[in-house]
Order: sequence, then structure tokens, then C-alpha cells
Amino acid sequence: MPDEIPQTLTCRVNGERLTLSAGTTIAELLAARGWAGKRVAVERNGEIVPRSLHAQTTLAEGDVLEIVVAVGGG
Amino acid sequence: MTEPEDTDFLTLGARRFRSRLLVGTGKYRDFTQTREAIEASGAEIVTVAIRRVNLGQNPDEPNLLDYLPPERFTLLPNTAGCYTAEEAVRTLRLARELLDGHTLVKLEVLGDAETLYPNMPETLKAAERLVAEGFQVMVYCSDDPIQAKLLEEMGCVAIMPLASLIGSGMGILNPWNLRLILERIRVPVIVDAGVGTASDAAIAMELGCDGVLTNTAIAHAGDPVRMARAMRLAVEAGREAYRAGRMPRKFYAADPSSPLTGVIGRPTP
Repeated sequence: MPDEIPQTLTCRVNGERLTLSAGTTIAELLAARGWAGKRVAVERNGEIVPRSLHAQTTLAEGDVLEIVVAVGGG
Repeated sequence: MTEPEDTDFLTLGARRFRSRLLVGTGKYRDFTQTREAIEASGAEIVTVAIRRVNLGQNPDEPNLLDYLPPERFTLLPNTAGCYTAEEAVRTLRLARELLDGHTLVKLEVLGDAETLYPNMPETLKAAERLVAEGFQVMVYCSDDPIQAKLLEEMGCVAIMPLASLIGSGMGILNPWNLRLILERIRVPVIVDAGVGTASDAAIAMELGCDGVLTNTAIAHAGDPVRMARAMRLAVEAGREAYRAGRMPRKFYAADPSSPLTGVIGRPTP
């Protein structure tokens, strides 16, 4: 059935390939990994996604995400 | 003895700081030791690195920012580990988002993994873009007065030459180059990298540097908390000595501190 809507999508998150349900938002991805409400920053395909937009940003097939935190460093 | 007057601030962009010691937060045993050492150092500005979250990690593990709240310290995100302007700029955009619009940043673009010497062409490229995007850029650089001047002209808010290689603890290897930089640069000059012990920090400050940034010298000391205190005292002592103005060096000191006359057992002239 060529017209079937895909049920999943594949993203690269912090260098790791993840298969997610189609329609997953950044907020849902963070929540599923336990990062909801934590101080993290997200870049999607080279652009910052402000925290205020996490809930309304739906991931697309092939998206490349970087999710970062502050760690000790000099 | 009076404390340093209230007017002696380190000014970075629009912000003023009383402490001239900036410290890193890496290489400590744990976050408790990190916090204790930073308290002992008196530092107001602490550097942090920006790294990917570990997707497999338990997010409830302690977080550095729980120990160093951004309300209490000025966090200075760095670009440690970046080898291109592109990586550095992306890292600091993420840092700005992470820290709620915070724009004071430490740019460092490395040239090689062995020496951690800066790649100056990439550093200059990144600095130009970051300044254009509204960041207040403090920049790690070689101790070359020409590169330092280019960075100042681009609008960097502090020039941070290495004293010796990052993590080497070799101290101030080329005070003459630092002097060339200090004579030409009007924004704060902060020695970044190479400080090994308290006297190195004092020497940097006596030369007229506006501050010292150190991490390994404290974190890898036998007693990091005590060394943090030593660094604080050394930076304060060096700053006061610089402001006081040292006596001229003389090869011979035919000028003893005690009176020449009145020594016992001599005939009265």
C-alpha cells in the first residue's frame, strides 16, 4: 500500500539512531527519556529550538538533534 | 591594612566583578568538592562545558548546576573540545539557550589534541560571528600581540592568552609576550591556561593582567580546597602589588634598609 502513512520515523539524536512514533514532538522525546523539566538545550538540523517551542515541534524523518547540558569544564 | 577599594572591579562588557580569579569546574572528585573549592576560591565567574546528554543515563543523577546555581555564580560556558569555528558557534548558541539568553561566553577553538594550542584562524572566524550575533566573547588565544589586537578590534570583551599549555601547570613561560599584549590591549587581559601554583597566578597579576583563569591547578592539587584559597590570596596579592608599583630592580643594593650611622664600636666622625 504505497499511500500508507508511516507509523514510525528515524532520527539521529546525539549521534545515535532512534526510531520514534510518527508525530513525536521534542517535548515528548525529552519526557520519554526522563529529561522533561531538566535544564537542557536542543538543536534540530543545526538550528536552536527554544524551550518554549519543544511541545509544538514535531520531529520529521531524518532529523538530526543535539541535546546538551552543562557539565564540569575549564 | 585596608581591603582593596571598592572601585577596583574587573569589568567585562556591562558587568562588574570583584574577584579577578575565574575558575573551571572540571576534574574534581565530585560536585561537593567542586562547590567547596569554588567557595574557597572566591570566584564569581565559573566556566562550564556544554556536552551531549547521555541518553542512557538516569536523568535524576546530580547535575552540576544543582551545585552551582546560575543565580549565585556567573556561568561562563566554554567551547572546549571544539576544533572549528562552526562547532564553537553552534556550541555557544546551545549554551545561550541552555542558560536562558546568557551571552557572556568563553571561546576556545583548539588546533590539536596533544598541545590544545588554539587554532587562531578558526578562533578569529568564530569570534567575528559570535560578536555579530550579540555574544560577549572572552577569547582564549595564543600569546601573540597581533592576534590579540585583531580579537580586540573585532569586539571581544576579554583577551585570554595562554601562559603555557592547557593543563600543563608550567606557569608563565613568556612574560615578555604578555607584556606586549598588556601594552596594546585596552579590554581586560586574563591569563588562561598554564597556571600551576599560586606564585604563577601572582606573577600574572603583578605583570598587570586583569585576571587569571585556572582549573587543573586547583582540581589536581593535593588538597584542592586549600589550593583554591591559595589562588584567591595569590591573585589578590598580585593585584595589590601591581597597583602598589614594585621597587626598581638593582643589581647592587648599596642602600641597606638600616641606618648607615650609629653602629657601635666606631670612632665618632
